Amino acid sequence: MELSLSTHTVGEHTVLEVGGEVDVYTAPRLRERLIELVEGGARHVVVDLSRVEFLDSTGLGVLVGALKRLRAVNGTLGLVCAHERLLKIFRITALDRVFALYDTVEAATQASGADPNQTA
Amino acid sequence: MATVRLSFSPAPAHVRTARLVAVAVARRAGVAEEFLEEIRLATGEACSRAVALHRSHGVSDLVEVALQDGERFTVQVVDRASNGSALVGSPTEPGLFLVEPVVPLTMSPESLTEEDLAERMGLALLAGLVDDIAVSPVAQGEGTEVRMSWPLHRPSRP
Repeated sequence: MELSLSTHTVGEHTVLEVGGEVDVYTAPRLRERLIELVEGGARHVVVDLSRVEFLDSTGLGVLVGALKRLRAVNGTLGLVCAHERLLKIFRITALDRVFALYDTVEAATQASGADPNQTA
Repeated sequence: MATVRLSFSPAPAHVRTARLVAVAVARRAGVAEEFLEEIRLATGEACSRAVALHRSHGVSDLVEVALQDGERFTVQVVDRASNGSALVGSPTEPGLFLVEPVVPLTMSPESLTEEDLAERMGLALLAGLVDDIAVSPVAQGEGTEVRMSWPLHRPSRP
């Protein structure tokens, strides 16, 4: 399945819903969208990976890039990821300690300053 | 033994095709369901790595994938890039590089470019996912081969 991207706002959070497959072919589109959001003024971004069927290292690179951009402007990035299939990828790469991971969009948008490295 | 071979030009769009074919052949060969997701991800990572190497070195040769079911189900991904072997620890100890630590937790992701990070993450994923993996220079010419295998569960009697 191709990549799908849609955005909505919950309070001060911008939620980017991602669906389908994030890989070496589709990841550039995810990168562009995240850059657009930050350049458009979004500071508290939640990327909802609930409907992602496949995520590879290229996708992880894009998410880390978004984290960098948001930290540079005192923003936050939260990831919604409840599937064991995806969580395993974050664990293997130790990125589960870099990202703020949440089970639901609600949990992610309720966490203020969704950055474990600054609030923990 | 049934072997499926696939060659594709080094374009990111073809990596998905390689993943789909690998999983389809693995399923048909009788690989347990629990390993199919690993095969999908590992084949994708190995092919992405090959495509990235070809593109960064301007190599237009095809990336080759061979899928074989024998004692185990084997996936081989061969690139033709000249310095791919830089990633190999040593010819006598293929796969040595894969024991290098994942990006250290003390290293802030800010200090890595997205591409560097993706490459490290790709290697970390391959090493973390696949129990049997070897990376070695190809026998002839330039390039490296990533060889991975998974157990085949065949019924002991019909």
